[in-house]
Amino acid sequence: MTDRGTWVDQALREHEEHAGPLSQEAEPGAARPGAAQPGAARPGAASDREQQVLDRIDRARRRRPRVREERITMSHGAGGKATRTLVEAVFLDAFRNPLLEPLEDSAQLHVNGGRVALTTDSYVVSPLFFPGGDIGDLAVNGTVNDLAVSGATPLYLSAGFILEEGFPVADLVGIVTSMKAAAEVAGVQVVTGDTKVVERGKADGCYINTAGVGVIEHDVSLGVANAQPGDAVIVSGPVGDHGVTIMLARGELDIEADITSDTAPLNGLIADLLAATPGVRALRDATRGGVATILNEVATAAGVGVLVNEDAIPVRTAVRGASELLGIDPMYVACEGRLVAVVDGGEAGKALAALRSHPLGADAAIIGHITADPPGLVLLNTAFGGTRIVDLLVGDPLPRIC
Amino acid sequence: MCLGIPGEVIEFLPDQPDLARVDVSGVRRVINVGLLTDDLPKPGEWVLIHVGFALSKIDEAEAAAALQFLEGIGQAYADELEALQGSQIE
Amino acid sequence: MRFVDEFRSADKAHALAAKIAGLCEPGRQYKLMEVCGGHTHTIYKHGLEDYLPESITLVHGPGCPVCVIPMGRVDDAMALASQPDTIMTSFGDMMRVPGSQGSFFDAKAQGTDIRMVYSPLDSLKIARQNPDKRVVFMAIGFETTTPSTAMTVLRAAAEKLDNFSIFCNHVTIIPAIKAILDSPDLRLDGFIGPGHVSTVIGCRPYEFIARDYGKPVVVAGFEPLDILQSIYMLMVQLSEGRSEVENQYTRVVPWDGNLAALTAINQVMELRPYFEWRGLGFISHSAMRVRPEFAKYDAELLFEVPGVRVADPKACQCGEVLKGVLKPWECKVFGTACTPETPIGTCMVSPEGACAAYYNFGRMNRRRVVEVSIS
Repeated sequence: MTDRGTWVDQALREHEEHAGPLSQEAEPGAARPGAAQPGAARPGAASDREQQVLDRIDRARRRRPRVREERITMSHGAGGKATRTLVEAVFLDAFRNPLLEPLEDSAQLHVNGGRVALTTDSYVVSPLFFPGGDIGDLAVNGTVNDLAVSGATPLYLSAGFILEEGFPVADLVGIVTSMKAAAEVAGVQVVTGDTKVVERGKADGCYINTAGVGVIEHDVSLGVANAQPGDAVIVSGPVGDHGVTIMLARGELDIEADITSDTAPLNGLIADLLAATPGVRALRDATRGGVATILNEVATAAGVGVLVNEDAIPVRTAVRGASELLGIDPMYVACEGRLVAVVDGGEAGKALAALRSHPLGADAAIIGHITADPPGLVLLNTAFGGTRIVDLLVGDPLPRIC
Repeated sequence: MCLGIPGEVIEFLPDQPDLARVDVSGVRRVINVGLLTDDLPKPGEWVLIHVGFALSKIDEAEAAAALQFLEGIGQAYADELEALQGSQIE
Repeated sequence: MRFVDEFRSADKAHALAAKIAGLCEPGRQYKLMEVCGGHTHTIYKHGLEDYLPESITLVHGPGCPVCVIPMGRVDDAMALASQPDTIMTSFGDMMRVPGSQGSFFDAKAQGTDIRMVYSPLDSLKIARQNPDKRVVFMAIGFETTTPSTAMTVLRAAAEKLDNFSIFCNHVTIIPAIKAILDSPDLRLDGFIGPGHVSTVIGCRPYEFIARDYGKPVVVAGFEPLDILQSIYMLMVQLSEGRSEVENQYTRVVPWDGNLAALTAINQVMELRPYFEWRGLGFISHSAMRVRPEFAKYDAELLFEVPGVRVADPKACQCGEVLKGVLKPWECKVFGTACTPETPIGTCMVSPEGACAAYYNFGRMNRRRVVEVSIS
């Protein structure tokens, strides 16, 4: 962003072309509902104008994404708006094909008459070791989860390591030992890998990249675009544990608390859920960007509204305390062992019971449901009794979470 | 920026009279209490925390009074609703 | 969470809402301004407007210290950050504020050493840990935060740290309120007074509003019930034809303020003769600078800053939003060219900005809770 004057003028011109002229001189005082009749439901003039603005904004948000920045910023890795714009405008634009377009956690492929799920992930968490696990646990569980939420049985993983010159071998052994244990619990095997070393000062110790392959045996076809009005939205347990753990483990904030990462493989939990009911429309694991990001993806992909109740969202007390202290919202904080499920409303009871009978789903809760209106928006009934929207995050409250 | 959070004072740091450890819902942090030197909080008392400093002590009596007022209004409202439902005008 | 959850309870809210509705004169419209950006944030975050009758409009005030920083000062901060061997430290709120060459966030992407801190004390710690670098703290905020900066400078002096300085942009709330009161564009009925600023300055400074302008003021806490109760107290005053300063936030705000805090501010800082506020223009005696005795902690003296006044982009209407003349959605570029991702002005980028609050939380067609008024 070198010349801001030009940038602003350009942005204005774009919006004139695409969304209609930004006329409507808003005179001070014009919006005062002074002419309202007592007892009237809403002052007609003001509400219409506000609705016009909201419609205009809606059109602007649906426009083709463009990356405006000249350089990558930390926001592009946050899992929110900037990430999505980057993915759509750069990656999807270049690689576009029907298999990529759904942009789900795994690609669903047809191979020799069978259905295969393929996923990839990179792990750049800092610090590498934290209460509840390490980068190795995240690498295995995260990849397994991306496969499992597509309805696949995870089978095989690859593991590519980028190591920094000077990184202690003992630490590497520790990480790999964690991965071995995690793979055993999840029932997968690491079958291929790669090793690279970069100079001191890069790679922050160790980065791990994975790919995962699984087989989709069920008849269900899961995808956020399947959500329908009346569906229930369920989370499998308390949110925000992982992100807050990492933030505190960095030690920069001088905050101590007994919170540990929730990293876990969800394939067993998901298998139980899918066996219990055919009504599961979509599954996602809530990582970067948290539950709020997934709800927005559902709303956008299916063109539906999502209405959740603040009171119903499980959050551990200490996570809540840390979040209040730091001014962040647990709904946006990463988890690494929680899933969000969209389930046919009539099957919600069965789904919840299935989740709760598994140790990883003991605190599962129905947090809301899908509505027809307003399409593309996520609304929250606050504990206080009011309503507000839950949008995608712009910035990154917690960088390098996973 | 206006972010101020209530926290309970746990203990003072032994070698630093200006610093106290506070607890916010199980999360602990060390903060500076230098702005409250005229009336230092004791362990068990609550303070308002803002950017790493205690700005004010939380007066528990006033908090209780505020809640009582709200309870009172709540009760009055519930009573009136009940009365409204119970009354008949004919 | 104690002292938080009790003040978020919905059942008491319904009762208060009924009382408030009952105090509204038929046919009369009420405009109440919440001065503080923190209040604006709470109002939208909890959906508080759902509890208010149509006849009460909340007007968002200029109490967002990030929002009122003019672009020229942001450019100055960026110039400081890009000095060699310098670490700029700042609260998270400042990271995306646009200057004429981008924001801290953009500069960071280009390699400038800018670090987010939660407290000015964290900045001091960075200075201790990096004796070969000069560490600058971007000091912003109203009187809530000024004492903390002052205490940090005093600490730096006590430790004889010579690589720490502050870029002082602290502002004071009373001149901003006075500018609003003197503005011909607005006719407000009352003020929801700043909460945490008042823990420092107390409630007396607002007396002129009631006495000279005849408007009631209620100093309010930050939980939604606090704000709702404050609105109720304002409506009681209005219905009784009174105009006084009242304190709703008694559990935290002492009537006389915090003497130790005021003393610390006075020891380290003094009022500037004038300061430019985004949207409100130049206001006299409205901002702080470091006293000469502490000159070695004043980044403006230690470094060269351009000090150039930069006009806001023509399309930016932050000024009118800050004065409460325009609602966020009434700004011509709201939500289209100006979004939290691509902010043209500060109101959209600060967590306490009215535009950010409305865009992130309030951008929906509101169905008001229609209350049966029992009077």
